[in-house]
Amino acid sequence: MDISMATEPLINVAAAAREQTGAEALNDALALCLQHDPTTLLIGEGVPDPKGIFGTTSGLRQRFGAQRVLDMPLAENALTGICIGAAISGLRPIMVHQRIDFALLAMDQLINNAAKWRYMFGGQARVPLVVRCIVGRGWGQGPQHAQSLQSLFAHIPGLKVVMPVFPDDAKGLLCAAVADDDPVIFIEHRWLHTLRGDVPSGYFETPLGKARRRREGRDITLAAFSYMTLEALGAARALARLGIEAEVIDMRSVSPLDVPAVLRSVARTGRLLVADTGHQSFGVAAELIARVTRQGFDQLCAAPASVALPDLPCPTAHAWAGHYYPTAAHIAEQALRVCGVHIGEAQRHELDKLRPDTPADIPNPDYRGPF
Amino acid sequence: MESDALKKMLRDILLARAFEERAAQEYAQGNIAGFLHLYPGEEAVGVGVLHAAEPADYVVSTYREHVHALVRGVPARVVMAELFGRKTGCSGGMGGSMHLFDRERRFMGGYAIVGETFPVATGIGYAIAMRELPEAVICFFGDGAVNQGTFHESLNMAALWKLPVLFVCENNHYQIGTEIHRHSAVAEVYKRACGYRIPARRVNGMDVLAVHRATAEALRQVRAGNGPQFLECETYRFRGHSMADPGSYRPKVELQAFEKGEDPVKIAIAETVATYPSAEQIAAVGSDNIDNLMGSLHSGGHFPPEHLDAMQAAIAAEVEEAVRFASDSPEPTLADAEAALDCNRHGEVLI
Repeated sequence: MDISMATEPLINVAAAAREQTGAEALNDALALCLQHDPTTLLIGEGVPDPKGIFGTTSGLRQRFGAQRVLDMPLAENALTGICIGAAISGLRPIMVHQRIDFALLAMDQLINNAAKWRYMFGGQARVPLVVRCIVGRGWGQGPQHAQSLQSLFAHIPGLKVVMPVFPDDAKGLLCAAVADDDPVIFIEHRWLHTLRGDVPSGYFETPLGKARRRREGRDITLAAFSYMTLEALGAARALARLGIEAEVIDMRSVSPLDVPAVLRSVARTGRLLVADTGHQSFGVAAELIARVTRQGFDQLCAAPASVALPDLPCPTAHAWAGHYYPTAAHIAEQALRVCGVHIGEAQRHELDKLRPDTPADIPNPDYRGPF
Repeated sequence: MESDALKKMLRDILLARAFEERAAQEYAQGNIAGFLHLYPGEEAVGVGVLHAAEPADYVVSTYREHVHALVRGVPARVVMAELFGRKTGCSGGMGGSMHLFDRERRFMGGYAIVGETFPVATGIGYAIAMRELPEAVICFFGDGAVNQGTFHESLNMAALWKLPVLFVCENNHYQIGTEIHRHSAVAEVYKRACGYRIPARRVNGMDVLAVHRATAEALRQVRAGNGPQFLECETYRFRGHSMADPGSYRPKVELQAFEKGEDPVKIAIAETVATYPSAEQIAAVGSDNIDNLMGSLHSGGHFPPEHLDAMQAAIAAEVEEAVRFASDSPEPTLADAEAALDCNRHGEVLI
């Protein structure tokens, strides 16, 4: 079966690619959106701050002025409603939460209002709103600053949910989210702000709701969300050394969910593992597995597995984080089980090599904080 | 006030009462499902405020918004059709009683979550301010809504950014069934705005002319770029909170006092229809005030009682036609529902 996920067209790619971090790519995307459309508005606590939301908003106030790039009082619910009001009267607001946990204060406006607005007024008008939410894993962030809540938002008809991984997708998906006429929850993983990758310069949109294959393989499909895509790629490299070729799909969007892309892959591999940054129970991994099982049951030759967070609040302490966050080793181990491979000496050796030397709550060994 | 303007207000107040009473009947017959929050008793607020507004102004309303929509000019037939859940309704039948909408008339919706509307109105105000237009937003809410966090969050931002928003409290003294002294530490709602340095005043919400005057002045301030204004209109709800609520928690004497003494419809008629004072009335007010009384009646428009009867008959026919239109209209289909969302589930296989 031909899989053409990696070749979706990009719109208006202006020039050649160059290497950037995720944060730089997001900053570029915001600048282009603000430049491209004078109705675009960027607002959030810390947006004009010198640190510029981890660098993603740096310099934008200077370029586009205080009326379009502004700070907010700590009033997340009302500010979300203000963005809805602005959106229904012709603006395109982009709201930023430095932690996704703060967006919980705005659940009424997001779920009862933004998500329902177009529907309850008979589709006569729309709410072009982007809410950027950052998942702040690690470095002692703790239970109220490190959650990964995509499944809460994805449950709601009327909200689109996007989780880019690589810098090029971060840029293209953010441009597409801003151009979209409906509310989009744009979830960034804090650790992906420092990830480097080639990013085309100029304005381009990457379609929402489309997965992207990041590695080809014939033995098992590893479908991953957000940061877990990197862990899945690490697992795939280890699995290859054990003779198992894993196909890695970066889901990129949670809602719409690109189930057809996973079904096409599973049709080749017959096996599925889903890795998510959220909790196990009632999560997006469970949803993806359920849909693939319902729609592609006869393609599966083994029960699917999932790797996600335990059903416990996020840790503060370094030590506890080590037990909490699943890694490439967990994915590889589960993948071996799905593939029916006995975990012997060789397998254990490869899995051990995958276990990180650094604490599980810092992005790299050189990291000294703070967030 | 111009006689024509007065007559239009009287007409809207009578339409409001007739429309709502008819909606109650249709609800009792099962033609309207779900919630139905009616406006009798509060008409002077909606009519007085909206007659002082310009067509370019925006209106953000509550779940008790039929009359706001009617006064804004949404035809009675499409409001009734929306209550009936029909495709011809102003929200395509997808919203119902609590979610009327009319973009052309800048009626930016009725909302069913108390307090949800403060920020929506404030956001529209932000968009107006950004474009530097001489427009304003009118945000209606009840006395119960002012205890929501969004009230305080939004008033703060509206004042901080000097946004063109007129906050209008329809204080009917009841948060569903809870009397204001049992839900608010400060029962004078307008005083709440002082914490944000928003000019605020309280008016008699049973007197359409008083409401109109206060609104016109407040909107002048808003349009002058002086930031938000706040108006508390003290009014009373003759019915229960909704059709599901008989309102039996209220003392009978209180209801009677308002219905007999302060019915805004009666007050509006008295203010509009020219009935020359009787000898007893003249005696009662005293000769010094006769000139004043005569003056107000003259400025009140010289609207003869027989014209009032004709107006009432025309309104009855309009409401009758609205019900007929609603009953004869088609119901929305599943395809309409999907078209009204067409969002993140579009094209997905859901089994």
